[in-house]
Amino acid sequence: MNSNMMTVMKKEFTRFFTDKRMVLTTLLMPGLMIYLLYSVMGQGLSSQFAGGDEKPRAQVVSLPASMESMGEDAPLEFTKLSGQQEQEAAKEALAEGDGDYQLLVCFPENFDEAVAAYEVTSGQPAPAVEIYYNSSDTDSQQAYTVMTKVLDSYESALANKFDINPGGEGYDLASEEDISAQMFSMMVPMLMMAFLFSGCMAIAPESIAGEKERGTIATLLVTPLKRSHLALGKILSLSVIAILSGLSSFLGTMLSLPKLMGDSEMMNANVYGVTEYVMLLLVILSTVLVIVAVVSIISAFAKNVKEATGWVTPIMIVSMLFGVTTMVDSLSKTEPVWFLIPLYNSAQCMNGIFSLEMDMVNIAVTVASNLVYAGIGVVVLTKMFDSEKVMFSK
Amino acid sequence: MKELLQVRDLKKTFKISAKQQKIQKTKEKIKVAVNHLSFTAYQGEVFGLLGSNGAGKTTTLRMMASLITPDEGDVLVDGTSVVQNPNEVRRKIGFLTSELKLEEFFTPNYLFDFFSELHGVDKETARRRKQQLFDKFQISEFAEVKVANLSTGMKQKVSLVVSIVHNPDIIIFDEPTNGLDVLTAKVVTDFLLELKSQGKTIVVSTHIFSLIEKICDRVGVIIDGTMAVCDTLEHLTQEKPLEEKFFDIYAEKAGESYE
Repeated sequence: MNSNMMTVMKKEFTRFFTDKRMVLTTLLMPGLMIYLLYSVMGQGLSSQFAGGDEKPRAQVVSLPASMESMGEDAPLEFTKLSGQQEQEAAKEALAEGDGDYQLLVCFPENFDEAVAAYEVTSGQPAPAVEIYYNSSDTDSQQAYTVMTKVLDSYESALANKFDINPGGEGYDLASEEDISAQMFSMMVPMLMMAFLFSGCMAIAPESIAGEKERGTIATLLVTPLKRSHLALGKILSLSVIAILSGLSSFLGTMLSLPKLMGDSEMMNANVYGVTEYVMLLLVILSTVLVIVAVVSIISAFAKNVKEATGWVTPIMIVSMLFGVTTMVDSLSKTEPVWFLIPLYNSAQCMNGIFSLEMDMVNIAVTVASNLVYAGIGVVVLTKMFDSEKVMFSK
Repeated sequence: MKELLQVRDLKKTFKISAKQQKIQKTKEKIKVAVNHLSFTAYQGEVFGLLGSNGAGKTTTLRMMASLITPDEGDVLVDGTSVVQNPNEVRRKIGFLTSELKLEEFFTPNYLFDFFSELHGVDKETARRRKQQLFDKFQISEFAEVKVANLSTGMKQKVSLVVSIVHNPDIIIFDEPTNGLDVLTAKVVTDFLLELKSQGKTIVVSTHIFSLIEKICDRVGVIIDGTMAVCDTLEHLTQEKPLEEKFFDIYAEKAGESYE
């Protein structure tokens, strides 16, 4: 490697790694924030759906024997009520959102008998159950959903002619690995594309448009440093930093995804072997080179960091949209020619790797084409560093 | 005497944006910044470029330093064409202008080493030269302080030192004492005289008459991008002080009087 190029790279690394603020915001914070955010979100979602250990409590008028007989198995705790006055007091407490109960359920007298005797074809109104709840109270809303389910099950049980997958276990023939792989392949490629791009955005505009804005790049341009060495030195060093930033986000995601899924054992990154990780690294490396090249070229055109960031943002959105294509089967192509499209190829390759269905030809096409695009980027950036119109435009 | 720096028929034009047209109240779309300008600097002499703001001094120096390319003409730096071989020219010259800034995050110590490496100066030579220059400009006292925290004078000293890390034979300085306090300006002026005594060829652009009178052997007066007069300082100041002579030339060429 040329010594002047190494000098440029060394300077970029010194600039980055000795700046505590940059290291904190670009390397540590993304991973940490993602981990904390996903963990908290997972915990919140779990408690939302699990609803804690306590059963919702309902006050019931004319509790039928069919419900009473559920005993401890009932998903709600029933308390009998009688008398109009008590009913009104219960409604009032619900409306105000206080009190110990989340529901008031009013069955008609002799509900079980009335239901058993009811003929659908008779044209008469069916026995009605009235459930009073408060939709502005999450617990009450949740209790309403549970009670509705209980009644739906009761209704289904009355006309039960057949069951689907009784017991529910052992019918899904997918292995745990397949389930893990499927879940990772759905979520991670899009997140990875976003993380890699934001990693590049955090450093490249500052390093190129920033230097141009501050006039420090002109100081480099009057030295014998070749423009191509400057371009390559910048792109390589920025790529290393962007990869570290992307890796931080990746680790944060991989560690916190199981938590986001409610500590699901089905999401286990151990399903991937060395080959998958090596291929992933190759795809990431080549992708970052392309992204850094694109962001650097845009940054060189821009007059300042603000303008560069503004111009790069739409491209970041496009790259995230490419990430979304992995979630839509009809947009996921397998013919190698599709893997010549930059960024789309990376997202699709990641999808293949994470779903344990990687295609070596497509990965090879992706890595090779990305390297060619990055090479073209270096040539373009070199020309731009040589152009006084670009470098000294105000 | 050897012709170390030959500026041959330089021309440079710039497009004027609509915004600039409005500000300058002109309909011209092209500004001729430097118009067929020629001069020669000989080995061991200090050549001064004198002119008002916007006369074309800085543009001329930027072309000489290969930072921008001439539309026409060429500059030969010790026989090397700036148009054909700009990288070789960059090895031979030291260039200082207010347009070139130092990265504020780094210290003078780091920057000296960094630019020494880019110029291919070996470590031992760079170490000795750093010691010598840092002592001369009293940079050692703030060698480990980030540029961002230095005063204007300190920054100018560091910029000057960094521009000559490779000990070039040809030095091009654009307004080297601009914005400096009298003490720092004197240090810079004395250093230029010392470089001259070492046989370096120096081209300085300035509008400070006293600086020209103190250090220059020959002077070129630029008016509207053209060389109005190019002569020895001695000859120019035979009848009148330089300042008066300059205004005479200006009135004659630009048709303006400063009486």
